Amino acid sequence: MDSERCFHCGDKCDKNLIEFQQKLFCCNGCKTVYEIFSENDLTCYYDLQSSPGATPKEIQGKYEFLDQQKIIDKLIEFNDDTTQIVTLYIPHIHCSSCIWILENLNKLHPEISSSQVNFGKKTVRITYNSKNYSLKEVVLLLSSIGYEPYISLEDYKTGKSEIDRSLIYKLGVAGFAFGNIMFLSFPEYFQVDGFWLEKYKPMFRWLMFAFSLPVVFYAAQDYFIAAYKGLRSKLLNIDVPIALGVLVLFVRSTVDIIFDFGTGFFDSLSGLIFFLLIGKFFQQKTYSFLSFERDYKSYFPIAVTKITDTIETSVQVYDIKKGDRLLIRNEELIPVDGILISDSASIDYSFVTGESETVYKKSRDKLFAGGKQIAGVIELEVLKSVKQSYLTQLWSNDVFHKKTKEPFTTLTNRISKNFTIFVLSVAVISTTFWLFYDASKAMNVFTAVLIIACPCAVALSAPFTLGNLLRIFGKSKFYLKNAKVIEQLASINTIIFDKTGTITSNKKSTATYKGETLSIAEEILLKNTLRGSNHPLSRTLYEILEAKNNITLNHFEESIGKGIEASYNDIHIKIGSAKFVGKTSNTAVLNTTVHVSINDSYKGKFTFYNSYREGLSKLFNKLQKGYDLVVLSGDNEGEQENLKKLLPSKTKLIFNQKPDDKLEYIKGLQSKSAKIMMVGDGLNDAGALAQSNVGISISENINVFSPACDAILDASKFDQLYSYIKASKSAIKIIKWSFVLSFMYNIVGLYFAVTGQLLPVIAAILMPLSSISVVTFTTIATNILGRKLN
Amino acid sequence: MSVIYILLIISIVIAVGFFIAFIIAVKSGQYDDSYTPSVRMLFEDELVKKKSRKSKLTTNKL
Repeated sequence: MDSERCFHCGDKCDKNLIEFQQKLFCCNGCKTVYEIFSENDLTCYYDLQSSPGATPKEIQGKYEFLDQQKIIDKLIEFNDDTTQIVTLYIPHIHCSSCIWILENLNKLHPEISSSQVNFGKKTVRITYNSKNYSLKEVVLLLSSIGYEPYISLEDYKTGKSEIDRSLIYKLGVAGFAFGNIMFLSFPEYFQVDGFWLEKYKPMFRWLMFAFSLPVVFYAAQDYFIAAYKGLRSKLLNIDVPIALGVLVLFVRSTVDIIFDFGTGFFDSLSGLIFFLLIGKFFQQKTYSFLSFERDYKSYFPIAVTKITDTIETSVQVYDIKKGDRLLIRNEELIPVDGILISDSASIDYSFVTGESETVYKKSRDKLFAGGKQIAGVIELEVLKSVKQSYLTQLWSNDVFHKKTKEPFTTLTNRISKNFTIFVLSVAVISTTFWLFYDASKAMNVFTAVLIIACPCAVALSAPFTLGNLLRIFGKSKFYLKNAKVIEQLASINTIIFDKTGTITSNKKSTATYKGETLSIAEEILLKNTLRGSNHPLSRTLYEILEAKNNITLNHFEESIGKGIEASYNDIHIKIGSAKFVGKTSNTAVLNTTVHVSINDSYKGKFTFYNSYREGLSKLFNKLQKGYDLVVLSGDNEGEQENLKKLLPSKTKLIFNQKPDDKLEYIKGLQSKSAKIMMVGDGLNDAGALAQSNVGISISENINVFSPACDAILDASKFDQLYSYIKASKSAIKIIKWSFVLSFMYNIVGLYFAVTGQLLPVIAAILMPLSSISVVTFTTIATNILGRKLN
Repeated sequence: MSVIYILLIISIVIAVGFFIAFIIAVKSGQYDDSYTPSVRMLFEDELVKKKSRKSKLTTNKL
């Protein structure tokens, strides 16, 4: 099998095999890339990883807009007289070969001085000499070797966003202070009463005080801010007891060293902040190559071609005005609503609807923004500007502007309310007791209770459990936006599915044939004719048909948007639309069909169906026990009977839903206190995904685009959905158990505190010990959970 | 003056030095991409070898 695969891209070479230097290539494009590499002594590319390449695509004219200075200025990062630096996003970056070849771009062109890949973000930062070389040439060079950059409207903005590194700084400060304070407090741990220690004690203490200042006022500031915000909105969140603990620790320790009561708790204080920040850092797992905040801007091109009096110029998308004439090339996205001027067009609306079938349009038909032209070049007249187009208007809905959805109280915050009340009452009761018993110790006890009860371990349970599960999910191709999603996932009770592209698969279509049976010779001809066509339907049909023999056709002709015809010996075949093969279709058919005629007599038609994802029935049967299931489809009822057979009887099936309807439906259910998980894919689900409690976007290829959502699920793992929900529920259980564990430490600590025996060394032992044991427990438990998942 | 002061000053100066080095490293973006450098490191040899001989895979295979 290996020998039949393309040396460059690894695709099966079933069509036109090309042999070059004893290597097989699937097409001329791949061969050309190989030639470029071998001429420049860069064939190492193929050593690092076998067949790492991608077939370069037809890009003629696509990057004309990069000649415009205005657009270039927005894209490049740095510019002076001779040097320009640009960072380009390249979706194809996937292996070490990619890094190697892209960092050796200077060997391919002398004007490129250096290039650096960021593998996680799939970007390459290229520095080149702008006197003799241009951004356009850089992009064309990359495209010619199969690394076509993706430039979208989103890149067209001034000012690149700064990366927020403050958490790392804070972690650094806390860790630095923690280590140094530990060293300085070591002599006093052992309580050796000696002349030496007595003499230097004050200096050690004041040094510790100095180290603790940046910890309290810089590293811990988020906790104070969060606690303040919580109190203002009358919420006792987890940050309240933490902030209280930190404050008491700092004040008490300072008082201790001023009046020489003791050494203070600076070690526990810095250790506490350090551990808390580690928890925060661990939870903050981000998938830099995924984006959960996409809107139409990341789908749309920066510029399109405008025709004014037969002169073609590129125009920035925002500058398109009503009445302009635009030229849309093959594979280009239509950025605005318009009217088709050319004879016919085949539009793929899968970006918008998730529907993979192409829609045929005639002259004067209305075209909506978001469609992709897939057969040849078309011209259209603009009806509305970008911001007023049908698709983009969806984004003016409120859902997309609210920063957070409905307020969600995390488990930790729910517990912390009771916890804070409990701790405060213990502190008050024990202080009152000591006031009567031994008033000199009362203040000591009061502060000791607040110090030891500082819920460090409680605050760590959730970040470590959820952070770890987030990574485990990520490994099995379920990418969550943040750790909060897991908690929300565990609390849902209703699951809504989109139909097309979500429970049906985009790739595998099935087709049935209806009509006169074809002879073997005719079947062979049919298959071989389809081989020559690049139309998606031809490709699908070619995959389905079984005939084997390869023949060379006498004649082959493809009429774009209509069909193909070919002849072999004395058989003449026509494949395509009903009109093309000479049949006048009398009924409006809902399904996509391809008609066949041989020697001008009509034979029959292939009807295409979307096939449902594997394991769909099984998944629904598992889910129906605990959840209300709904299928919301934008399509007509054509598939209703079929779905009823597949899905459990209590599943609600609702058809003909527009994007707004879906959103409203979810809103309606939510007002009846339903917690909703929406599973969808296309941009038409974007509103519903944003409105739902958990919006999951299904993606066939995670590197391609998905609408704004809370989680992205790789389509191949669709049948695992139930296990993910189950794992989230178990995670909540783990958190609860670790709460129990940390409360046990707190009770031990409280015993010391209430009896007035809390020495700094006990606090310094108990606090890290409880944190470490909670972290160990949650890590082991989630890993066991993860093993079950795989 | 006791030697302890000198030792303390030395230890704190060293600690602060490393701390500043850490801050500079973060600021320069070293921690932004933690994967690519680990791969890039392995390429240095490939570049040197390539001049003298053609790559193994492309000459021996097939």
